[in-house]
Amino acid sequence: MSAIPSTVHAVSPARPGRARLLFCYLKRDRLALAAAIFLVLLVLAALLGPWLMGDAATKLGLRHRNMAPFGLDAGWLYVLGADTLGRPILPRLVVGASNTLGIAAAAVCASMLAGGLLGLVAGYTESWYSHVIQRGADIIMSFPSLLLALIVLYTLGPSVTNLVIVLAITRMPVYLRTARAEVLELRERMFVSAARSMGASSARIVLRHIAPLVVPTLMTISAIDFATVILAESALSFLGLGIQPPEFTWGAMVANGRGYLATAWWIAFWPGLAIMLTTLSLNILSSWARTVADPQQRWRLQKLKKAAR
Amino acid sequence: MLHYLGRRASYSVISILGLLTLVFFLTRLTGDPSALYLPLDSTPQARAAFAHLHGLDQPIYIQFWNYLADLLRLDFGVSMRQHRSAIEVALEAFPQTLKLAFVAMLLSLSLAIVVGALAAARPRGLFDRIATVVSLAGASAPDFWVAIVAILVFAVGMGVLPTSGTGGWEFWVMPIFVLMLRPFGLLVQVVRGTMLTSLASPYIKTARAKGLPRRVVVFGHALRNSLLPVITVAGDLATGLVNGAVIVESVFGWPGIGKLMIDSIIQRDFAVVQSTILVTATAIFILNILIDLLYAVLDPRVRY
Repeated sequence: MSAIPSTVHAVSPARPGRARLLFCYLKRDRLALAAAIFLVLLVLAALLGPWLMGDAATKLGLRHRNMAPFGLDAGWLYVLGADTLGRPILPRLVVGASNTLGIAAAAVCASMLAGGLLGLVAGYTESWYSHVIQRGADIIMSFPSLLLALIVLYTLGPSVTNLVIVLAITRMPVYLRTARAEVLELRERMFVSAARSMGASSARIVLRHIAPLVVPTLMTISAIDFATVILAESALSFLGLGIQPPEFTWGAMVANGRGYLATAWWIAFWPGLAIMLTTLSLNILSSWARTVADPQQRWRLQKLKKAAR
Repeated sequence: MLHYLGRRASYSVISILGLLTLVFFLTRLTGDPSALYLPLDSTPQARAAFAHLHGLDQPIYIQFWNYLADLLRLDFGVSMRQHRSAIEVALEAFPQTLKLAFVAMLLSLSLAIVVGALAAARPRGLFDRIATVVSLAGASAPDFWVAIVAILVFAVGMGVLPTSGTGGWEFWVMPIFVLMLRPFGLLVQVVRGTMLTSLASPYIKTARAKGLPRRVVVFGHALRNSLLPVITVAGDLATGLVNGAVIVESVFGWPGIGKLMIDSIIQRDFAVVQSTILVTATAIFILNILIDLLYAVLDPRVRY
């Protein structure tokens, strides 16, 4: 779950005062500030929500079937309306948030770990398996990820574990290629030759000396990738090959409401809006982080207030 | 040049073969199609005859060997669902997707270039802020949800556009719009980013200093040099466009390759699944080579 706040601290403070400077940059960009606040609230809701409202999210209430939103007669839980079985939508959104974000976080971590490790191997050695790894990544990259995910999920059967595995596999080449490119450059450096001449094994050089230098880049990519993974998971759940009832994510909630568009638009509308706001916030923050990290563009956030220095 | 093309082609053939192998074994794992195609009370003999007809009674490695041999003879198998050549079914659906994807890509590319260039011309100006938010929203919108909301507003609510199907121009509006969203959003950001870099370079200062009008500087000098990275990204997006097509086609009932793919996976029509994958992968491979060639045309420094 901590993958979200890491967007904010992607250019992490090395010396004291950097965090404060970063916060000043964030305050200069109101849109980015709003996005950060939304994401913090969302993570809090996803962490605490199931514990607070888990029961309300699954409680059937046939008297409230297809209740229209914006009415407070049935209590504030029903403010966004209720679905076809009379379950209030607001608590379901919160529980759906923890499922959606949890699956996305697990998939991002898995693909970063697997892709990073394979990339380290492919970059450090020249042997045959380095080529096999690269061609494998090419195959995954050259084919539309959704189609591949559909086939694999249909074969293995849709479940949360398989969903995470499939999402991780389709996003892996990004990490793999980045890690490999970095290793190709790093392995020619002096400290690697020094370690080798002192008798360090390849595994030790790769894991203790090279990997720590590659990890920050991969972390940055993972923050940007988070939005893509959320969208991919929602699409798969929407097509019915993602998470299965009684568990649900936002994508599955949209799919449920699809049949009732003409009579109860709110069932499909709110969860989709939640997906949109989450991915939009992530993208706004990563675009802000790019501006901060780019020395040629950073002045655009500094100019307004010189005291920030 | 020929050497380069040969190497690219051999890599792609390896990729496609790897993909087909993977899909062959994955689809065989999904279960016995005779359960879906024969009536529930059919005799074991009828099931055996069905399995024999489609070669499913043999061990899987023999099936795979036969499949490869048939592939070499350009025999792609028979669709169980439609009782005709599988490749024919796939090639019939493919142009529908291609038309959709081509129009969506062309529109989003040309729109994105104009919007991105105008946004970069005055960074942090009003137009730039609006363009940035709109493009970020386009890039982050879940396409299936936008499709549903569009149906809700324009088909159910206002009744001006049809909900699904094919026909005249009014059937194209919503699928194209939904399909355009993500490529447009991402491309605007790429164009804006590369334009900002171009506009900061010394040759732009020279062009300004000699008194060229702003319009000529932005569109004539800076834009031309920003197009190369845009084309790279557009090529990557074209692969992703098939992802969007799967969603759009299944929501709007468009008879393209994405819908065919989902239907045949669910109906265990193995030969059609493999043919659609072969057609899609080949199309993507040809597209990638075309993009590389376009590079050489646009940038005289690029030689293969």
